[in-house]
Amino acid sequence: MTTVSADSLAQVFVEVADTLIDEFDLIEFLQMLADRVAGLTDHATVGILLADPNGRLHFMAASDESAKLLELLQLKQQDGPCFDAFRTGRPVVNTDLNAPAAAESWPQFAQHAAALGFRSVHAFPLRLRDEIIGAMGLFGRTVGDLGDGDVRIVQALADVAAISLLQERTISRAEVLTEQLQAALNSRIVIEQAKGAIAQTYQVDVDAAFQLIRGYARRTNRRLSEIAYLVVTDMPSLTDFHQPATRR
Amino acid sequence: MSVMADGGVRGVAAASDPIIERIEELQFTLGEGPCVDAYATSRPIFIPDLDEHAMRRWPAYAPAVHQQGIRAVFAFPLQVGAVRLGVLDVFRTDAGQLSRDQLGQAVMFADRAVTILLDGQDQLSNDQELDEAVEHRARLYQAQGMVMVQMGISLAEAMVRLRAYAYAEDRPLSEVAADIVARRLRFDSPQL
Repeated sequence: MTTVSADSLAQVFVEVADTLIDEFDLIEFLQMLADRVAGLTDHATVGILLADPNGRLHFMAASDESAKLLELLQLKQQDGPCFDAFRTGRPVVNTDLNAPAAAESWPQFAQHAAALGFRSVHAFPLRLRDEIIGAMGLFGRTVGDLGDGDVRIVQALADVAAISLLQERTISRAEVLTEQLQAALNSRIVIEQAKGAIAQTYQVDVDAAFQLIRGYARRTNRRLSEIAYLVVTDMPSLTDFHQPATRR
Repeated sequence: MSVMADGGVRGVAAASDPIIERIEELQFTLGEGPCVDAYATSRPIFIPDLDEHAMRRWPAYAPAVHQQGIRAVFAFPLQVGAVRLGVLDVFRTDAGQLSRDQLGQAVMFADRAVTILLDGQDQLSNDQELDEAVEHRARLYQAQGMVMVQMGISLAEAMVRLRAYAYAEDRPLSEVAADIVARRLRFDSPQL
């Protein structure tokens, strides 16, 4: 893994700032962040988990299906590098999935991740001052060699994700955090429901359905959660939904 | 706790005492308040202090509940994704934030209330369902969307149908959902 270039990093921060100013959609934002962090670090995929008020982690976004699988696997096992980062508040970096240490720490996870062709894993806590509100996992296809500089950059982006949950600064921290988390967890459910509805309507699989929903939100410049909500409550209002990607 | 429907049907479903029931009804009479907003925006609304800011936000509701001795309101939407069923309201006579434990408990009670509203009863099988793996839950929500389209019914009704089918067939809900998403099972006939 090479050191992140200043140019691409600057681009990410511009995009992040832009999203935060614009009308804000947490899931879309976390999705963008996962995509961008994956793009910064060669050969890596990225997943993001957030905790509810009861301290249970939930899947929020992933740069691709394999990262989603690895996050879901950890949630199922209630164990893995993201759980360690979440519990300890410290990043877990450069763990070689084929090394005995990985198999000892997370036997199930290490085995599955290696079987999917991954060689290394890194996990970063999403920190909000004294609170840990989630974790971001990076899964690499090469042996991990994140430099100290890279680790600081990715941790900074993870912290940005955490801070993004608090875009309303007028009220106090704790209550906004819970409001935002609950809203985001529910938006995630709406998206799954919408994926099912689109999969059935257009006879595609659920992943293709998600791409259709994302594509439509982008094309019409509307929020992902808003489109997902309309899919399950008022589908006829979404005209030209199934537009081929080539026609713009 | 109030139950609402998009068609405008709404009412207090339960209250811990008669005074609270009257206070809960105020939001319907006045048509505003944290509970109404929590329902409309699908997110919890916490007002740990009914201060001037709250008075400006809800000029009719805030003074009315304040007069009844209420100083803090916490509104938790009862919902599963796009299906909105109502709101669980927690009132306090002292201003102040709920603790993390109290927040966690309120969220848990709200989840429980949703299950009971959907099933019309509190089934034992739901405990097992709460512990189900996460990808099963995602699949359950996807199956709800699929059944909605297959039967041409609302999402809320699709959820009830799915649960009723699993109950009648004595199969785990997650298994039924997996069959639907894998297209091994269809819910086309409305008399199911």
